[in-house]
Amino acid sequence: MTVMTREETEALIQEVLEIYPEKAKVDRAAHLALNDHEAEQAKKCITSNKKSLPGMMTIRGCAYAGSKGVVWGPIKDMIHISHGPVGCGQYSRAGRRNYYIGTTGVNTFVTMNFTSDFQEKDIVFGGDKKLDTMIDEIEKLFPLNKGITIQSECPIGLIGDDIEAVAKKKNKETGKTVVPVRCEGFRGVSQSLGHHIANDAVRDWALDARDDDDSFATTPYDVAIIGDYNIGGDAWSSRILLEEMGLRVVAQWSGDGSIAEIELTPKVKLNLVHCYRSMNYISRHMEEKYDIPWIEYNFFGPTKTAESMRKIASHFDESIQAKCEEVIAKYRTEWEQVIAKYRPRLEGKRVMLYVGGLRPRHVIGAYEDLGMDVVGTGYEFGHNDDYDRTIKEMGNATLLYDDVTGYEFEEFVKKVKPDLIGSGIKEKYIFQKMGVPFRQMHSWDYSGPYHGFDGFAIFARDMDMTLNNPCWAKLKAPWLKDESAEEALAASA
Amino acid sequence: MPTVMLRMNEAGQLTFYVPKKDLEETVVSMEKEGSDGWGGEVTLSDGSLFYLDPLPEAPKLPITLRARRGGGA
Repeated sequence: MTVMTREETEALIQEVLEIYPEKAKVDRAAHLALNDHEAEQAKKCITSNKKSLPGMMTIRGCAYAGSKGVVWGPIKDMIHISHGPVGCGQYSRAGRRNYYIGTTGVNTFVTMNFTSDFQEKDIVFGGDKKLDTMIDEIEKLFPLNKGITIQSECPIGLIGDDIEAVAKKKNKETGKTVVPVRCEGFRGVSQSLGHHIANDAVRDWALDARDDDDSFATTPYDVAIIGDYNIGGDAWSSRILLEEMGLRVVAQWSGDGSIAEIELTPKVKLNLVHCYRSMNYISRHMEEKYDIPWIEYNFFGPTKTAESMRKIASHFDESIQAKCEEVIAKYRTEWEQVIAKYRPRLEGKRVMLYVGGLRPRHVIGAYEDLGMDVVGTGYEFGHNDDYDRTIKEMGNATLLYDDVTGYEFEEFVKKVKPDLIGSGIKEKYIFQKMGVPFRQMHSWDYSGPYHGFDGFAIFARDMDMTLNNPCWAKLKAPWLKDESAEEALAASA
Repeated sequence: MPTVMLRMNEAGQLTFYVPKKDLEETVVSMEKEGSDGWGGEVTLSDGSLFYLDPLPEAPKLPITLRARRGGGA
């Protein structure tokens, strides 16, 4: 199927909605839309950040996932206690591939699971004592930790434990940062509120620690990378570009980041926000309190990377701007070779995305650099402002779906017939069994990094490797297939 | 009485951000701007109205303030 017209897309949405009962149909209709460049405001065409309907198979996470899994978890030299029953921490442990440098279990702790393992008696008598003992044990066993965060699971809020009191007491005893985070899973409609709660906890318990301390030698070129979780090394491949431009990256939030970096962030000159959804709150706070401007940037694909680097450079003097051009020129042949190699193999292929955070709009540019079209995109937990930013990036009359249900997504794929889908692990095997090439775009399908010019080469290779894999031709029974075409393509690799 | 944050966006327009409502709109007009103070009735680009207690002079932006919903919206 080639490009769908407005009418076809509208008809498709209606057809998919047909199966729902009357009330659910009205609710879901508001979350499905076709992109319209004329619409100035997303809220007129799509509803977002609303509670998922009971009975629908949603792909969302919870506030705990947003705080422990996304914002706090990657801070490597702090210990993040999953306070409550054991499962929440264990089943989310190390799944996000936030790379870091350090010796796990000695001075870094990202992939470890610390939990207070709540039992019945803790629910009945409260868990504060247990938490207190636990922090003592942590201090004894892992003395090189630089601080502790208490990530609440659902029961903590339900039984009314006073984790703030424990945190204050332990902070006095140990002299280290102890942060209580009220990110119980039942708060909010998705992980998005968890990001907000975690940002507020950073603001209230950690950010201002060095406000009265001027001993840190600053330069006019200090920046912080905000909202890059170093998935598969993403923050590193972004950081080298910024450093080559002559900027000094003081802090990484929070992939491969540390508590010291967080405390130093108020001293930077500019905050560079990659994931707007999860860290705009703290950027806005720093702008108000410390007068640090923030800008959004996009390091997916060479076009957007170069555009973003120029935008970043425009906030500094001419020496940085000149170096920025040098860096772009230096990498130009590299990325042109990548495009020359992969574009002919990927040209015209159609992609559907359904992920979270910044990717539903940020990776579009990278696909376009490879000559691919993104024909549908959606956010798990995006808000209005995310869709406002998406409308401009997407083609006219393409599909937008917010908090898509399992059923809707499958039906869309059956009708739109994309050549590639980018979504999460829960969707991966369904679509592979349907015979559609799939990339897991939450943690780059165990690959990465995808940011920057170096990352683009890996991105292009991965997309080619998945899309043009000969296995897709083997899904048909041997007596039904036409084998000449696929093998010719494989031989050209 | 929503809490709102006022800041200049990249294009140099005054924007009005209500975190609780995910509302981020540019300000079309403000009643008092200049010598007679700063604030009053605020109209946003989506047509909604808010009221800010007037400040004696223009504050340093960004700033977080309490606003009242105006115009019966």
